Amino acid sequence: MISVKNISKKFGKLQVLKEFNLEFELGNSYALMGPNGSGKTTLIKTILGMVIPDSGDITVASQSIKGDVTYRKQIGYMPQIGHYPSNMKIGQLFSMMKDMRPEIKTYDLDLMEAFGLEEMKEKALGTLSGGTRQKVSAALAFLFNPEILILDEPTAGLDPIAVELFKAKIKKEREKGKLILITSHILSDLEELTNRAVYIYEGEVFFSDTIEELKEITGESKFSPAIARLMEWTLKKKSTNPQLSHV
Amino acid sequence: MFKLLKYALYDILKSRFAIIYTVFLALVAISIYQVSDDLSKVSLSLMNIMILFIPLISAVFATTHFYNNLEFIELMLAQPVKRIHVISSQLLAVIIMLSLSLILGFGLPMILWGADSSLLTLLAVGVILSTVFTGFAFWASVLSRDKAKAIGLSLALWIYFSLVYDGLVLYIIYSFADYPLEKTTLALVMLNPVDLGRILMLMQLDISALMGYTGAFFQQFFSSGSGVSVAIGSLALWILIPTISTARVFNKRDF
Amino acid sequence: MKRLFLLALTLIFLGFSAEAAKIILKPGQSIQAAVDRATPGDTLFFSPGNYQASAVTIRKPLSLIGENYPVMDGEGKGNIFLVAAENVLIRGLKFINTGKSNMDDSAAIKFFDSKNCVIENNILEETFFGLHFSNSSHLTIRNNKIKASASREFEVGNGIHLWKCKDNLIEKNEVSGHRDGIYLEFVTNSLAKENLIHGNMRYGLHFMFAHDNTYLKNTFRRNGAGVAVMYTKNVTMQENRFEENWGSSAYGILLKDISDSKVIGNVFQKNTVGIYMEGSSRIDFKDNNFKENGWALKLMASCDQNLFEANNFTRNTFDISTNGNTVLNELKENYWDKYEGYDLNRDKIGDVPYRPINLYSVIVEKIPASVMLWRSFMVTLLDKMEKILPTMTPNEMIDHSPKMRPYDFG
Repeated sequence: MISVKNISKKFGKLQVLKEFNLEFELGNSYALMGPNGSGKTTLIKTILGMVIPDSGDITVASQSIKGDVTYRKQIGYMPQIGHYPSNMKIGQLFSMMKDMRPEIKTYDLDLMEAFGLEEMKEKALGTLSGGTRQKVSAALAFLFNPEILILDEPTAGLDPIAVELFKAKIKKEREKGKLILITSHILSDLEELTNRAVYIYEGEVFFSDTIEELKEITGESKFSPAIARLMEWTLKKKSTNPQLSHV
Repeated sequence: MFKLLKYALYDILKSRFAIIYTVFLALVAISIYQVSDDLSKVSLSLMNIMILFIPLISAVFATTHFYNNLEFIELMLAQPVKRIHVISSQLLAVIIMLSLSLILGFGLPMILWGADSSLLTLLAVGVILSTVFTGFAFWASVLSRDKAKAIGLSLALWIYFSLVYDGLVLYIIYSFADYPLEKTTLALVMLNPVDLGRILMLMQLDISALMGYTGAFFQQFFSSGSGVSVAIGSLALWILIPTISTARVFNKRDF
Repeated sequence: MKRLFLLALTLIFLGFSAEAAKIILKPGQSIQAAVDRATPGDTLFFSPGNYQASAVTIRKPLSLIGENYPVMDGEGKGNIFLVAAENVLIRGLKFINTGKSNMDDSAAIKFFDSKNCVIENNILEETFFGLHFSNSSHLTIRNNKIKASASREFEVGNGIHLWKCKDNLIEKNEVSGHRDGIYLEFVTNSLAKENLIHGNMRYGLHFMFAHDNTYLKNTFRRNGAGVAVMYTKNVTMQENRFEENWGSSAYGILLKDISDSKVIGNVFQKNTVGIYMEGSSRIDFKDNNFKENGWALKLMASCDQNLFEANNFTRNTFDISTNGNTVLNELKENYWDKYEGYDLNRDKIGDVPYRPINLYSVIVEKIPASVMLWRSFMVTLLDKMEKILPTMTPNEMIDHSPKMRPYDFG
């Protein structure tokens, strides 16, 4: 569904993505992991067209995203921290988003109902707490029933009840055969919600396979230690890297 | 595009700043109307305030607004909309808000106590200066990733066009005082939107008589068809250059 | 013997005037023939209507009186009346269409070597010169309406033109559309009062070598270049209004080489330059009201010993400008609306002196092209700095006793 082909991106002197290649298939749920600054967010933003790569291409449903905006109709994106126009009310935000996809007539209102956003329609976005804002972001991401869901730290800031409701919703969508891409620092969530792990290190794919495969390779039976092992390996690789050894 | 503009406008027109700014302008205009006893005095006083404050307020507000809306802009970029539409709707919303405030704030007292063509020119020049400096501010904002830097750049542009440029002009005129300078000064006026706006106003106020030979030369130029076209053309360039640069930078910018 | 003859002659004249004839003219009749037939002292009454009149020559004391403004039509040929006599009275006539030639200075009425003449209540329209007097004296020019409508300066002469005349009274006339409204050259001991001079091509009032004259309560409005007076001493100008003379070289009044004069109680309003002075000395300017002018005063360095006392300066763009650094004139007890000082001892005189020249006006005087910066923020800043730390403006141009409140001149 999403093919990332030879993407390179530099921010100033810092090479964030190096000849990056990755495939995301429908029906899978991906846990996107890596240490801070490894390029996770850049990858997501590149897929969304918010960051423009120096070279390489991305195709979504076999269509290059260069110069195209319509492919984003297939993507529901939940940002890490959602900021919205403070004078706008929740209801207006939703009708604005609907307004931007006039051809979509059926809406997925599960999360809105679950989070009770319908009752807060008249609240201005500027007055919302961080958690409520996350709920709004989540509800928006699912609103148009997209094929692809990109969720950046989805559970951060949500109360436990909301987290459970949200996870249930993600699982439900996953079962419908959608492509789900999640970054999170809460490994238990990832284990619960995803079937494939992508580990990015210094702008390159260090690991990309099923979670079973990950456990097998690392020899760990649990998800968290498996990830911890991956991290150790990356550090070793770094120390054995002759170019970096002098650092 | 229009949908984006509609929502951007909705947000900005309801902001506290829009109300404060309109009231501020109205108070300024009302107090000037109260103390001046004829319309040309009103025009002159309003012009003095406008030439100085409109660019300043436009530059600072537009920069702040861009940064306050950065996340909203990012949200929009993740939607199936073109980048050019996102930035132009933001830019237009700020321009429309600043212009509406100006037209309401200065215009209502004019409706109450009368206006003449010079006051209408004043409004037009005010709208143009708001547009130009909003353009500069957005350009500064998309160029730098840091709000403080962007405000600094906007302010630097304001100081340059309001003060430094005129100082340079005075220096040039002073250094070449022995040569006929009318055409040179005219060209220098075209190269600064603030000066151009000011001169257009002064020409309207029939005070060119005070300006001696240069004034007569300017008057002749600005009352001829080609002069008007040149003035409008350069104002259009002053609007287009920063806005087009903004759009170009924005289209390639990473968020 | 000679004296006896003169006496006899006078008696004859008196005899005539005692039983002066009243001659009534009708349209179509020859004016010249009637004038020639009339004896000195006769009165010619003009019935209403049109008269062809070209170069009607009057050489004896006569009264010419019109009823309902009979029209003396010069039909575009030369002068209408020519007078060289004493005791001529011309009243209630309307003169139109003189010749338009610059060669012979055609006029409605041209006086030569005349004395004790009265010209009153006449209307002059489309005349090249209006009333033209040479080498005459004791003239009374009163209540005439003199109007031309030329579009260019050389297409028209002066409204009231006096050359080498003395002891005259010019009052309550209205002159418009001429080159100069009132032109006086070598005219002395005369009084011009309550005239309304407006919309003339060049100067409202123009005089040269015209000493010892008084100008009282006249209004000079919207003349091409205002009023210009030159090479004269002992002039009194009182309670006149100089208004709306607006244009790149227009002045309320231009004083060139004027000395020992008084300018008192006048109003200068909405002129590009209220008063422009060069080479003038010992003039007292008192109780004048300078308001809404571009420059209230342009005082060239060639002026000295002038006194400006108790004048009001309000809402002028610039109060004073000058072209030099030495100032030999005195300013005192004027009211300046731009004065920002204070009065701690409550004597109604500001405690800090006022400098009426701002830096920018000095710069503009030196480099005219710098007017393009007028009203820019930078100029405002420069002026404020100069007020705090004067560096370029002349030090002596200073009013040490500025008034806190404007004078009330009524």
